[in-house]
Order: sequence, then structure tokens, then C-alpha cells
Amino acid sequence: MTFDIYLIFDSIPKMLAGIGMTLHLLFLSSFLGLILGIIILLMRISGRWYLSFPTFAYIYFFRGTPILVQIFVIYHGLPQFEAIRDSVFWPILREPFGCAILALTLNSGAYVSEILRGGYLGVDKGLHEAGKALGLSTPHRFIYVTTPIAVRLAIPAYSNDFISMLKATSLASTITLLEMTGVARTIVAQTFAPYEIFIAAAIIYLVMTWFLQRGFGLFEKRMSRYIKLSEA
Amino acid sequence: MNESDQKPIIILEDVCKFFGDFQALRNINLQVKKGERVVVCGPSGSGKSTMIRCINRLEEHDSGKIFVDGRELTSAVKDIDAVRREVGMVFQSFNLFPHLTAINNLMLALKLVRKTKKSEAREIAMRFLERVHIPEQADKYPSQLSGGQQQRVAIARALCMNPEVMLFDEPTSALDPEMISEVLDVMTDLANEGMTMIVITHEMGFARNVADNIVFMDCGQIVEMKPTDEFFENPESERTKLFLEQIL
Repeated sequence: MTFDIYLIFDSIPKMLAGIGMTLHLLFLSSFLGLILGIIILLMRISGRWYLSFPTFAYIYFFRGTPILVQIFVIYHGLPQFEAIRDSVFWPILREPFGCAILALTLNSGAYVSEILRGGYLGVDKGLHEAGKALGLSTPHRFIYVTTPIAVRLAIPAYSNDFISMLKATSLASTITLLEMTGVARTIVAQTFAPYEIFIAAAIIYLVMTWFLQRGFGLFEKRMSRYIKLSEA
Repeated sequence: MNESDQKPIIILEDVCKFFGDFQALRNINLQVKKGERVVVCGPSGSGKSTMIRCINRLEEHDSGKIFVDGRELTSAVKDIDAVRREVGMVFQSFNLFPHLTAINNLMLALKLVRKTKKSEAREIAMRFLERVHIPEQADKYPSQLSGGQQQRVAIARALCMNPEVMLFDEPTSALDPEMISEVLDVMTDLANEGMTMIVITHEMGFARNVADNIVFMDCGQIVEMKPTDEFFENPESERTKLFLEQIL
């Protein structure tokens, strides 16, 4: 077996053709997942069983099954139902891109709601009481007191999840999407050099992860400035 | 004093409160007149905190009635909001919002609850920070302030909402000894200005100076309530005597 280091560098530019799709999948599904996660969180902490109960089932299902299985169920399974094919969602579910976004969003929503819940539980009870005593309404306390603190507490876990999502986008290649891993597989089919090509892919993922880590690091620093100052 | 000053602003009638099987308050009856300063003392676990936390509904009483300025405190949101507008509270652990600067701690509720314009809210907040002698700390975060400064910001935060009554739940218990007096001084000023105050504290010097009446609680009951001098010189119950011996 030969190892061609130049092939790695040659293939990197070609592989960048898939980076747009990777980022598209990552940011769109993370954004939708964040909104979904907030909704799920609000339902879960609403204190009403008919709102919180479905969230348990949802979170259990999406945390308890592999994303690959979820993608297959959505892509291969849903079109078998006529009701789905007749529904307004069909134009989205007909496309592999729509299916990948749906699967990744649902998955991310489940994790994000749990991550945010951790943040909310970490907020000191005394601050709720101070807010109440000042006459702040429940929505006001939630928006202006709890959320800024909870978000800061949740950033490390969230950045972890975001990076997991980056890697999860590679699973979209299994349903024909040409994101980075998909492009890599295509190149492998042409060059018969899986070792070099997938190493090149790994390098690109590592670089992307580095930028994401840095971005979240800066964000965390900014959100924590009121704590940092006291240490100075 | 005219007659309206004599009308109680806070009335507790046979208030009981349970935490599970444990009865935290047993038939509490208390009346506080406008302008009156009441100090509540007693051993820990005697229900002092629970009692004043019922007054602004941080705890819900299980039976009995609570009136604040003539309005009965029920589970209706309207009543709770109205009562909280009249009652300010200072906590043992300060409970300042850590992500907001001192002045923003004051301005938050002014803007959201009182709907004050930002510039006006800033002016009001600054005036109250001056009143507690720390205008120069306005733009610092709570974590940059000493305990005594934090508690004074917390007092200013409650005061700037212009409450009729102030509740203090052991305001100096979490402070280092050298910071206690700066907080007590602010509270003494407040008392001298005629604020109606209910203060839970073990600072008996402060109680002697400031309080009109002293309430002694034990095991969820009010054991004794007397004018300050009489309380110290002539306590009736054995439990009060024992407590005073231990604390003085």
C-alpha cells in the first residue's frame, strides 16, 4: 500500500466544494433546532402535564436513537404514507436536503432543550424571588433575569452539541447529499485512495471545529464578563 | 399623628403555613401601622422568615388572612402584583442580578414594572444610590462590590420602587462584621425618615435604637410582642428571657 501525501493536499480544494452544503446543514438545522429546543423547554417547564408529557416522549425518542436511523426513517419511511405525500410538507420531505434538515433539527432540538434546561436549573432561586419581590411578571423574569444567566451557564454544553452537529451533518451523505463527506466519498470512488481522501476530510473538519471552538470561547468570555471582572 | 396613620397597613389574621407535615406558622396575628418599625427576633427555624415571606407572597399561607394596605392577599395575580408594588424586600443573600451593573439592577424593575422611561429611570436610580452612599459604584457589577455595598444596592433597588413597606430578612447575617454597620446605618436613616419596616435581625443594638415594637417568635408562634423598652426590660415569657440571655 502506498501513501500519497500530495493527494491529501490536492484533494482538499476539491472537497471544499462540499463545505457550503455542510455549513448550510449545520447552521440551518442548528438555528431551527435552537428555536425548537426553546419551545420544548418552555413546554417542559410550563407545569402543565399535557404540554410537558409530549416533550418527555420526544426527547426520549431522539436521544435514544441514532441520527442515522432517524434520517433513514424520515427519508425512506415517511414517503410510504400517502398522507405525507399529499401533505403540504411533501415538497420539503421529497428532497434529501429537507429530510436531512428535518432529522438534524429534531435531533438538535431534543439536545438543546435539555442543555438549556440545565442552564435554567442552575440559576439561583434567590434571583427569582428578588424578581418576584420587585413585582416583575413571570415572562419578564424569564426574559431579563433567568435567560441571560442560563445562557451563560449553557454555553459550554451547547458548544459541545454544536460541534457534534457539525459531525452529524456527514450522515447526510448517506441520503445522496453532497456535503463534505459526500464529496469525499465521490472522490474516493474516482481515485481509489480512501486513506488520503478521508484524512483530508478529517483535516477540514478539524479546522472547522477549531473555528467553532474559538467562536464559542469568545462568546462565553463576553457573556461572562460580569464574573471575569471580579477575578481581576 | 392623625387617625389614618393609626390604621394598620399590614394585618395578619390567624395565618397558618405548612411545609408538608411541618407547621411553620401557627395562627399568627400581627398588625403593623404605617410608619411603625417592627423588629422580629427568635431562634432559627422559628418561622420569622416564613412570616414575612408570606406578606409579599414568596410563600403562600395555607389559612388565615393577610391584608396589605386594605387589600386582601389572595391567589389572584392582580392582588399579588398590587401587594408586591407596595412591599419592598431585602434578602439575607442580597440576590442582586449578577449580570447587571448596580444601576441596572435598580433600573430593571423601574423600566419593566413602573414603565419609567430609561433616562428618568437612570435619574431615579442614581438618586437612590446616592441615598445609600454608593453613587460611585453605579457601573460596577455585583461581583465587584463588597458584601456591604451589595446589600446597600439591594436596599436601593427595593426603595426606588417607592414601596409603602420594607421587609428585611436578616439583612446583615451574611456580612463580615466590619460591613454590618454601613448597612445598619442606611436602615436607621430609612427608619428615621418614617418608612414602615419589618426587620428580622439579631442585631439587638439596632433593635433598641430603631424599633417601636419587638416581636419574639418561637416554634412558628408569636410568643411576645411588646414596645421595645418593655421587651428588653420586662420580658414576660421564659422563652423570651432565655433567648435574650443568650443573645445579649
